[in-house]
Amino acid sequence: MIRIENLQKSYGAARAVDGVDLTVNRGELFAFLGPNGAGKTTTIRILTGLTKIGSGRVTIGGCDIAQNPRAAKRQCGLVAQHINLDSELSVRENLDIHGRLFAMPAQERRRRIDELLEYVEMTNRADHLVKQLSGGLKRRLMIARALMHQPRIIFLDEPTVGLDPAIRRRIWALIKRVRQDDATIFLTTHYIEEAEFLADRVAFLDQGKIVALDQPQNLMAKLGLWAIDQISGENMETHYFQSRDEAAQFSAGHDSAFTLRRVNLEDAFLSLTGKKVS
Amino acid sequence: MHGFIAIYLREMLILKRRFKRQLAGMAVSPLLYLVTFGYAMGGLIQFGDVPYLHFLIPGLVAMASMTQSFAIASDINIARFYWNIFEEFQAAPISRLAYAAGETLAGMTRAFIGVAVILLLALLFGVRLSYGPLFWLAVFLNSFTFAALAVAMAMLVKSHADQALLTNFIITPMAFLGGTFFPIDKLPDWCQAILYCLPLTHASHAIRAVALGYPAATADYLALLAAGLVFFWLALYAVGRARD
Repeated sequence: MIRIENLQKSYGAARAVDGVDLTVNRGELFAFLGPNGAGKTTTIRILTGLTKIGSGRVTIGGCDIAQNPRAAKRQCGLVAQHINLDSELSVRENLDIHGRLFAMPAQERRRRIDELLEYVEMTNRADHLVKQLSGGLKRRLMIARALMHQPRIIFLDEPTVGLDPAIRRRIWALIKRVRQDDATIFLTTHYIEEAEFLADRVAFLDQGKIVALDQPQNLMAKLGLWAIDQISGENMETHYFQSRDEAAQFSAGHDSAFTLRRVNLEDAFLSLTGKKVS
Repeated sequence: MHGFIAIYLREMLILKRRFKRQLAGMAVSPLLYLVTFGYAMGGLIQFGDVPYLHFLIPGLVAMASMTQSFAIASDINIARFYWNIFEEFQAAPISRLAYAAGETLAGMTRAFIGVAVILLLALLFGVRLSYGPLFWLAVFLNSFTFAALAVAMAMLVKSHADQALLTNFIITPMAFLGGTFFPIDKLPDWCQAILYCLPLTHASHAIRAVALGYPAATADYLALLAAGLVFFWLALYAVGRARD
């Protein structure tokens, strides 16, 4: 569905994206995980036509984004990292303008708006001005707007950044629902739990390069299933084990403070890059 | 075409939301000019057999169609730098032409409302002039020229502050020097030559000639058309450049 070949993008001397090769399959929920500045947003901006491609080749649903940008864009819906709604327009008007931009006929726009407002549970807010909405509602509206023209691929750039945990879980449930509707989802995040909970496959991005790409459980399994954080003085060291028993044995032989927990994607990222994601 | 309609309709919805404030804003400065220059000082000035108030109103029409159409640049900038809405248009499958034409027409619509406000104020001051088709053609060309320039500038600037600077350096001097408040044909030749390079000078001339019942010069209309086409081409180019 998305094919990226040797994608590069520089700003002056700085390489934001440095030779990314990637294929995202149809119906897949794919996540880019990396710290701020890793190149996640730049990649998504290139794929959705907001930023010019530096070099390399990208096709979306078989359409080359440089040669046939409008055909590529027709297949994509984008939920940007920051709120980019028209705050002086109503919820319905925001969706309607989006539908018009994607050449949807009037009747279809009306039907789809009603359907989507129900989908994101905002029917009673249809005529509210966007500036009257809370952050969580604005985020839901952005997702509804991205789905408006029934895109085959949805790009979500840090979809839950800045939201409190309860609202974050609600957005996750919504993303899972979208995914069930046969859409391909391309997500960027710097939240470990988000990638673990949602993604079929995760790519670790660091300094513009993909350093690992696999299913979340495979990325974690390379280290083991259990982790022990050993705290001695001001230092913390983490040890990995295949079973809980092995971990228990290890802790029995030492007398410093321990925390036993499951291995997570942060551990996998840290072991590969020497850095934390968040 | 759908992209053009979407862009234009969005601007009109925003204009509708702010209509009362916008209308009051459009009336304040022309009213001040009319009271200060036309009413209070105007009695002391007469150009030939034309009272100053009659001379001033067509100038204000030219000025308002310029400032109001150029004001679309501010709206575009707010949408681009504060609301990030411009991304929504960049990610949509619409052409540069659709975007530039939609915003230009939105600027022109504002200009026509601004002109209507001035003509109403003129009526209140008891001034009746001729407002035939050539009058409106000049308003149309002038607003097209400055709306297109506004779209181009809004795309080329890097921040909202730069936009304010451009208005100060381009629009404000032109508003005062483009034949709005005084006839430029009394000035030295070199000075006239410079002022005739300003599109607003041609708009003031054309609008004033028709409003006061004199024959309009085709050259003024052609100069405005040429400037408008150049600025619109620049706008199309600038929309493409706005991606980083």
